[in-house]
This record gives sequence, structure tokens and C-alpha cells, in this order.
Amino acid sequence: MSSPSQLTPEPIAKRLTDLEVAQLRADFPILEQKMHGKPLAYLDNANSTQKPRAVIDAESHFYAHSYAGVHRAVYELAERATRAYEDGREAVRRLLNAPDVREVILLRGTTEAINLVAASFSRARVGAGDEILITAMEHHSNLVPWQMACDAHGARLVVAPIDDRGELLLGELERRIGPRTRLVAVAHVSNALGTVNPVREIVEMAHAQDVPVLVDGAQGAPHMPVDVQALGCDFYAFSGHKLYGPSGIGALWGRRELLEAMPPWQGGGAMIESVTFEKTSYAGIPARFEAGTPNIAGAVGLAAAIDYVQAIGLERIAAHEQHLLAYATELLGEIAGLTIIGTASEKAGVLSFVLDGVHAHDIATILDREGVAVRAGHHCAQPLMQRFGVAATVRASFGLYNTREEVDALVSGLRTVIEVFG
Amino acid sequence: MSSDLRELYQTVILDHYKKPRNFGVLEGANCEAEGRNPLCGDHVKVYARVDGDTVEAVGFEGSGCAISTASASLMTQIAKGKSKAEIAAIFKRFHDLVTIGAGADPGDLAALGKLEVLAGVREFPARVKCATLVWHALLAALERRGEPVSTE
Repeated sequence: MSSPSQLTPEPIAKRLTDLEVAQLRADFPILEQKMHGKPLAYLDNANSTQKPRAVIDAESHFYAHSYAGVHRAVYELAERATRAYEDGREAVRRLLNAPDVREVILLRGTTEAINLVAASFSRARVGAGDEILITAMEHHSNLVPWQMACDAHGARLVVAPIDDRGELLLGELERRIGPRTRLVAVAHVSNALGTVNPVREIVEMAHAQDVPVLVDGAQGAPHMPVDVQALGCDFYAFSGHKLYGPSGIGALWGRRELLEAMPPWQGGGAMIESVTFEKTSYAGIPARFEAGTPNIAGAVGLAAAIDYVQAIGLERIAAHEQHLLAYATELLGEIAGLTIIGTASEKAGVLSFVLDGVHAHDIATILDREGVAVRAGHHCAQPLMQRFGVAATVRASFGLYNTREEVDALVSGLRTVIEVFG
Repeated sequence: MSSDLRELYQTVILDHYKKPRNFGVLEGANCEAEGRNPLCGDHVKVYARVDGDTVEAVGFEGSGCAISTASASLMTQIAKGKSKAEIAAIFKRFHDLVTIGAGADPGDLAALGKLEVLAGVREFPARVKCATLVWHALLAALERRGEPVSTE
């Protein structure tokens, strides 16, 4: 039976009003400053996001009042710290609508999460002649760990192609799922192009052949509501620092039966059940995958960040970023010689572009002097840049605190670039 | 536009960026080296024709930003006819120019010649590697080291 959400059209979320954005900006102390005498327009949110006072205060308050090592001691402080750390895990469960909090592994971020699966899952499930399927738009962090796993186990890395707009060719992906495919690893949202991949359809294709799917959610979770049960995927990874939380903390969600069948990744304290010199038996999930003292305060900050975005509403944040994307796409489209790289029909707030006769680095240097912070380079996606025949692009990427005025500053900065380079 | 931007992107630099000198594979080259900047993906290849200790000609190819391309183009001109030791000494002065500024020695600027137009790079620390990568590649080529050089 279809669920009601499939029968009725999804309600269109109301975007943030200009007044609300102005109020939210005031939560971010770093945005108050000037850069080279100009108001700072921070448009590098796909790289990392700034932190609201709530996150900064949560970490600082935790260190001042509740810090201790977790999961070990019986004294009150340790109890308090453990509760706070576990609240971080529960916040992640809630963010992803995961069924079971034990399925949430707290890690350094998306990169560590994917490395964990690439090492541990592959050790259990990947052998000589097997295949791992990724796409042509993957960030190096959803490419290199699989390459390493394939090298270690004699397996083959298979790549599903994309079209000139930066959309995944679903038929080509499906054709590449075969009896040797052990896992499909795909970005929820491309960091370099902004393409939003149809994860549900990919999962259906893979599951039809009993192949699990890992979703690199680094650019997904901060920019749209994510429901791992609705997506149907088997692993979902994201980073706190791209979600207005601290750096050095993120999470992997994995289906319980898959995680339980995976061998430990790193050995050490906290991940054991009992140890003798002859043999160690390992703890259950999630502890089995969290060797050593974790980023405790990071988990506290992450929980504060999740509370913060959920209080605003990720649907509304997404609608706001879509509004900025449409505005910026229109204005940049009017600049002669400028080409937008990545024009998929479903995009998140990422705008990658090149300008005839001017290298991305020079553009970024000039924009910086205008107070506009953008990323220039290959965005850790070198094969993707080769696919589009460019060495580097400039990328503007939006967050909840960005404004149309900041897009205007970007456009005005680009006029300066054109003036300099004639 | 700010004055440091004008200083960075002055006419000579833009001219060498748009019309790089000695661009392409150098005929009769007997040493070469590659340089890579893994942060931006830039990739340059430097060729030199050396007779004894004298560098007769230098060429380069690759794609890069205005700073790296102009630096490479200017380098091919200044290196021509110099000994390996002279080139190493010029690079040391040039490196100082783009990191700490020209030395007190008036001979410094004289030795640098046209390279002085890159002095503005000093105000842009993130761009120093753009200016120096090609020099590292040339020195590697002259020492006939096989490994590509990297800014990292």
C-alpha cells in the first residue's frame, strides 16, 4: 500500500524571509567582520560552514561544566559527559530518521565513515574479481577509499558515467550492477556540480540485485531533510562541520544487520568485550567501531548544530538555498564568457563555473579582495574536472545565512575580474 | 579595485599570461621536469637545453593561473644563457622577493630584472606557490631528477 506522502504532492516549504535570514545571521559571530574592508560574503559552504553561537556555547559550556572521559567511570561527571555524548548520537538518529540509535557510529566525518565501510565491509564481503560501483561525480573521499579496498582485495572499481549537464546516467548505472557488484557508493549531492542524485531509484536498482548502497551525504544532510528509511539506503555518511557543527565530528549510519556482520576497523579501548593475550572478543555496535576516546565535545557541538537546523527546519533552509541558487544562476548567466559547470535539473545550492581566459585561482583572489569567499580548484574531484575538460572551477555554495546581496557582491566581483583581465 | 590587486595584476603580468613566451615543447631539449600543485590541479612541464654548465634555452607548457603562467614565461627569458649556479641564485632572490620582499642589497633588484613585476605576490601568501612552482621544476630539470616536483 502506498503511503499518504506518495499520494499527495509534497507541500512546498516556505523559504526564509529576508528578516529571518537577517536574524539568523546575527547568530553567527564570524559573519560580522569585514574582509579587506568589505562585508564578508562567505560563499564556501560546501567546503565548510560557519558556526552559530549555540554551537560555540554548547562546546564551551560542556568543557566548563560537564567534561570527563566517556563510557568508563562511575563518578557523576563521567555519567554526565557520557549522557551528553550519547545525546549527540541520538541527535544524529533523529536527523536521519534512523530506526535504531545503535546504528549510529560517531566518527571524524564523512571521510572517516567511508574509510570505515571501505575497510571493514570490504574485508568481510569483497574478494578477487568482485566489483565496487561508484559514479563519475564522486568526491575523492568516495573514490580513493574504494580504490584502496579494490587494490587490497583484487576487486575492480567500476564507474557509472554522467551526462554533460552533470546528471547520472541511471540506465548506465543499472547496466553496471551485476553478479560481482558488492556495493554501490554514490554521492547524495555532488560537491562540485550540485547535482542531487535520485538515491531512491539507485537503491531500488541495487536492491533488485541484493547489492547494498552507501550514500555520501556530506552535501546532502546539511541542505535537505534526510530520511534513511525513506531513501532505503544501507549506509549514510555525513560531516558535522558542513552542518554548522564543529570540525572533527560526523557520523556513519548503517543498517544494523550489515554493521553487526562487519569486523572491527580500528582496535583499542572501548571497542572490546574482553581481552586476553590469546584472544579478544569485540563489543557490539556502535562501540565496536569507536575505538579510543572519541571527540566528546564535538558530539555535544554536533547535537547543538542539529537542534539549530531542525528548529529552523531543513525544508525551509533548502527552499532558501534554492531561491539563492536560482537568483545566482540567472545573474551569472548574463555574464559574457561565463559557463556554469553542472546544470542538472535537480540541484542543491552549489554553483560551479569557469570564465573564458581567466583561471579560477585569479578569480578567487580578486573576489577575496572584494570580501567574497569562494573556492577555486578541482574540489577534490579531479576525474570529474577531466570529464568536463577543465583543470579547475570557481565554486560558490550557499548556506542558511547567505543573502541576495551576497550574490550581488559575487556578481560585482566578477565584473572587477573582467575589468582586470580585459 | 584595491591597489594591491593592481600591483598583482599589472600589465606586464597580464601580457605574459595572455602571450606566454617560449611556450611549448623546446626543440633539442636535453632535460625536463614536471611540476604539480595538488591543491589546484595545476600541472606544468619545463624543458631546458643545456650545454656544459650553460642553459641555452628554456621552454614550458601546461595550464595555470596568470601568476604561474607569467612567472614561467618570465623565467624562460631570464634563465637563457645563465649557468646553473646563476639560475639557482636568481631563484633564491626571487623566492625572497615573493615571500619576505626584496633585500636591502640594491644588487638584488638588478639581478631580478623583469621578475620584479611579481613582487606584488608577497601580499597574497596563498599565491606564492603559483609563482614558484615552475622554478622548482626548472631546478629539478637541471639536476636531472626524474621525479615530478610538487608544491606540497
